[in-house]
Formats: sequence, structure tokens, C-alpha cells
Amino acid sequence: MAALDRVKVLVLGDSGVGKSSLVHLLCHNQVLGNPSWTVGCSVDVRIHDYKEGTPEEKTYYIELWDVGGSVGSATSVKSTRAVFYNLLNGIILVHDLTNKKSSQNLYRWTLEALNRDVAPTGVLVTNGDYDREQFADNQIPLLVIGTKLDQIPETKRNEVLTRTAFLAEDFNAEEINLDCTNPRYLAAGSSNAVKLSRFFDKVIEKRYFLRDGNQIPGFSERKRFGGGTLKSLHYD
Amino acid sequence: MSFLIDSGIMFTSQVLFFGFGWLFFMRKLFKDYEVRQYVVQVIFSVTFAFSCTMFELIIFEILGVLNSSSRYFHWKLNLCVILLILVFMVPFYIGYFVVSNIRLLHRQKLLFACVLWLTFMYFFWKLGDPFPILSPKHGILSIEQLISRVGVIGVTLMALLSGFGAVNCPYTYMSYFLRNVTDADILALERRLLQTMDMIVSKKKRIAVAHRTMFQRGEVHNKPTGFWGMIKSVTTSVPGSENLSLIQQEVDALEELSRQLFLETADLHATKERIEYSKTFQGKYFNFMGYFFSIYCVWKIFMATINIVFDRVGKTDPVTRGIEITVNYLGIQFDVKFWSQHISFILVGIIIVTSIRGLLITLTKFFYAISSSKSSNVIVLLLAQIMGMYFVSSVLLIRMSMPPEYRTIITEVLGELQFNFYHRWFDVIFLVSALSSILFLYLAHKQAPEKHMAL
Repeated sequence: MAALDRVKVLVLGDSGVGKSSLVHLLCHNQVLGNPSWTVGCSVDVRIHDYKEGTPEEKTYYIELWDVGGSVGSATSVKSTRAVFYNLLNGIILVHDLTNKKSSQNLYRWTLEALNRDVAPTGVLVTNGDYDREQFADNQIPLLVIGTKLDQIPETKRNEVLTRTAFLAEDFNAEEINLDCTNPRYLAAGSSNAVKLSRFFDKVIEKRYFLRDGNQIPGFSERKRFGGGTLKSLHYD
Repeated sequence: MSFLIDSGIMFTSQVLFFGFGWLFFMRKLFKDYEVRQYVVQVIFSVTFAFSCTMFELIIFEILGVLNSSSRYFHWKLNLCVILLILVFMVPFYIGYFVVSNIRLLHRQKLLFACVLWLTFMYFFWKLGDPFPILSPKHGILSIEQLISRVGVIGVTLMALLSGFGAVNCPYTYMSYFLRNVTDADILALERRLLQTMDMIVSKKKRIAVAHRTMFQRGEVHNKPTGFWGMIKSVTTSVPGSENLSLIQQEVDALEELSRQLFLETADLHATKERIEYSKTFQGKYFNFMGYFFSIYCVWKIFMATINIVFDRVGKTDPVTRGIEITVNYLGIQFDVKFWSQHISFILVGIIIVTSIRGLLITLTKFFYAISSSKSSNVIVLLLAQIMGMYFVSSVLLIRMSMPPEYRTIITEVLGELQFNFYHRWFDVIFLVSALSSILFLYLAHKQAPEKHMAL
């Protein structure tokens, strides 16, 4: 059924950074009028044209799973959230450009989603080398998005953008900085839209195509190739 | 000269308390947020510092440290400052931050903040009318008027928290109340949750496809606007859009269901963790303590009822009564004055420390539960207000636990308040709060297993 051909991208980030607004913008090309707290997980679907403009163009549905909550939640909430992290194909990390803590928490979010938890004391060493080692063998494509760009005054913009560039480098990911209440940041043809398109293409490639360009066969045979470090839920 | 030294000591201790409040704010309360408005942090630390200084003065009173006249002066000063903060500053800033969250009123923030503050003052003043708090001899803006009202609010808060805490404590400690949760239950619920998410996804795919085809065909999917639009839609309705709105309704219902399932699953996980914890050594210890606390809780409810029914307010404090009992009935002779001072110091000290600690922990839990990045400033200020009022009324009530010779300064400084009224009021609210918590917990406990039966 739908479980066979799904492309699942998680949208992670602290409470209040603008994940729901972002997802709404990505899926409906409209600004979300009345954002409210996300309880649990809300899913939305984006139709994406893989390899747009080439003869191999194909349409895919990308599911954006917007998981609510904070990184310091109780273990019971974390165990419940873990149910949504199965069979990931990509992660979009969202942080608030006006709030440094939300950017720092992205490390913990990634580790939580990739099932390699930090020690319970939560002491995080943000030394460049240490982080790259953690994420070096990661196969899942990441994208870092910074929101609330309009709330940063012009004078501070450079400083903030340099900081986020370092952040994106740590994750070995592209970064986009925008304001979720203004659709022009993702207008067709802008560099942001190109980065987004490239990210989704990468996700679809990793999901459906092997490195030598052959398409990965259907669901029942997929188990033979293994899921790597992913946890899988058994539906029997 | 000694006055200067005393003032120096008081000032140093105030700075220390301020620093502690600052650290607590940064490390515990705001650890997930960025402090953008330092005003909030300053106000919180200042409220904390002056509240702790009041307790410090009580301790100094018992121990006889510092000159008596300088103590009196500092009491008055401290009280004035705290009242100023609680009645003028904090409510004004709460109004200011609430207004700055609402986008419409951005232009005239100050104006609306003043309006809100005046409304607050009006209700605050009206609060004193139904209570027989004090004699009408005093003027409008005297300390007694303000303190009496602050005291009423603070005592109500204390009694509510006490009542709920007294009942909740044994409920959480004892494992007798834990529902039985197995791994199979959790897995079944998780599976349901994922199935619901799948259904939502497939419906959303259909909606997305429908939108895209309509967009490509050049139809703009708008709701019929205007008078002619409505007339037109009666005869020529687009079949696609009707289906879509039906599917959208189904999606909304499913999303609500998914939220419920998520919360239930989180609940089950939490219960399972508690069951695991209760099997450990610490868990067993807490379970044991739970039995003691339940006996204590029942006794307190009983005493509150007796106090109200027989219209009796405790005449003597526990220290003097304890000493009376030991001297008269057990026949042990000892230096009453010396021991009463030390015992009351220890007793009052314990009461103060546990109430400060208990309040800070409760406030932190409350803050984590309800704050978000937009409302964090307002909530912290509300908590500072509650904390200030709580500590002021603790001072009122603590007077009962001290022997008469130490009560004088509180009585002198706070003027002619009807202290007995506050104790009676505390008992009433405590009883109401404890009984309603029992009812509430009973209903919550009963409802939960029924939910799982329905799976």
C-alpha cells in the first residue's frame, strides 16, 4: 500500500521555531494563518518532480513529518516520539535565527532521530572534529533551515549568517535561511528553491536508486539490502 | 555606627540572594530559551532577594542578631520595597509584555500597559471588601491596606498548593495506585497511531493531487465570494471541491484522533517507567514514605475540619506547647528560655527552607509545562508575582509557629492585621483544595483503565 512507496522526511526542531509554518509553506505554497502548538506529529504531503526538466522527470509524493516537542522532554515522551523515526529518508533541521539555543539543540535532535543518544547529562562538546565524526557515516540527507530571518536587524545579519554557515557545515548539509510568513523566499527559480529541489532529489535518489543508477526493487526484496542503522517496526 | 554595620550585613546578604535568584533563573528556568529582555531576569531576582531577606530577618529576630532598632528599620524598608514591587512593578510589566505579544496593539504599548495595570489595581482593591481584614481606622495607601490584600491572595495560593500537595504526594509515591501496563499494550497503541498517520497521509495525497490537477487545468479553487458567487454556486457546483471538503473534514477528525493516541501512548510509557522505578530500591523507599505521608495528609485534613467546626484557632505555638508537655507531664526540667530559642530557630528554619525549596521546584515544573517561546516572559513574571505573594503570606502565617516574645516584631511592623482571620482562611481553603484534589484524582484514576478497555 502506501507503505511500499513512501518517501519520508522528518522535520525536527525546538518548540516555536516555525516548523508547522514551514511545512505548510512547502506543501501548499501559502502562509499558515493561525499557527498553534503541534501535539504529537502532523504530516503533510508535497508533490515533487524528480529531475524536473529532464527526460527522466517523475513525480513523487514526499511526506513531511513535523514532530512536535522539545529536546529536553521526559524519557516517556521521547520513547513515544521514537515511533515516528522509523524508515527515515531525510531530515530537515529547523532552527530559529533569533534564538541561539535552538541551533545548539539541533545536534541533540539529530542524535535522537538517528538513535545514537548523547549521555543523559546532556553535556555536548561542540568541537568541530567531534561532531563530524558523529555524522560522518550518516547516510541520510540533511537540510538546515533557519527561520524568522526578517526579525534579525540588518546590522547583525552577517554575524548570524556566518554562525549558521558553520552549523550547516558541521552537519554536512545545505542551509536555507528564510521567513515562513513570506512566500517569496521560496519563489521558483530563487537559489533557495534550487537548494530545496536538490535536497529532495537527493532524498529520492538515496531511497529509490542505488549508487550505480539502478533502481532499488520493491518492498519485499528491500529487506535483503538491510536498513543500516535504522530501527524498523514489524507490522506482524 | 552599629546601624551602619548592620545595614552593611543586610546589604551583603541581599546581594547574595540576588545572585542566587539570577543563577536559578539562568540555569533552571530559562535553560531552553534565550534571555532577550534582561528586565525580566532582574525583576525575578530582585523579588526573590527581598523575599528571602524577610525570612532572614525573622531568623535574626529569633537569634537576637543585630541591633533591635536597625532590625525594625530594615523590616519596614524591606516591606515597603516588596509591596512596591508586587503591586506596582510586576503587574505593570506583565501588562506590558502581554500587550507586546499582541500584534495589533504594538503602537501604543505603554498606553495599553497602563490601562491593564489600572484594571488590575481596581480588582485588587475590590478584593479587600468582602473580607473582615482590618479596622477602618487607616488611610487609603497605608502599608496595612496593601499587605492585607496581598496576604489574602498569598494565603489562598499557599492553601491551594498545600492541599493539592498533601493529596498528590502519597498518590505519586505509592505504587498501589499504579495501573498495570504491559509491553503488548504499548505496541498495540503505537501500531494504531501509525495506522492513523498512514490514513492521514493517503488522504492528504489525494487532496494534493486534486489541487494540482485543478491548478494545471487553470481553475482557481476559491470559495464562492460575493453575492453573485453564491448564486452561481447553487446551480453550477464543482463536484471536485465538494469531495475535497469532505476529505478535508475526515483528515481533521483523523488528526484529532492521532493527537489523542499520541497523548495516551506517552501516558502509557510514563506509567511503565514508574512501574520500573518502583521496583528499584529508591522506589521501594518512596513507596514506604508514601504510607507515612498519607497518614499525615489524613491527619491534617482532620485537624483543619476540627479547627473550622469548633471555631478554634491555635492559641499557643508548637514550641511552647511541646515544652509545656515535656515539663509538666514528663517532668523533665531544663532551661526553658535557652531551649525555646534554639528549638524555634530550628523549627522556623526548617519551615522556611522547605517552603522555599518546595515553591521553587513547583514553579519550575509549572514553567516547563506551560511555557513557550512567545509567552516565557509573561509566565516568568507571573511566577515572580506568585512567589512574592507566597513569601509575604508565609511571614504572616509563620507568626503562629513562634513563641510570643518573637512575634512582637511582626505584629509591630505589619500593624493591626487580624491574624486569626488568615489562619481560618488557610484552613478553609486547605480543606476545599484537599477534598477537590481527592475527587479529581479519583475521577482521573477511574477513567484511565476504561479508556484502555475500549481498545
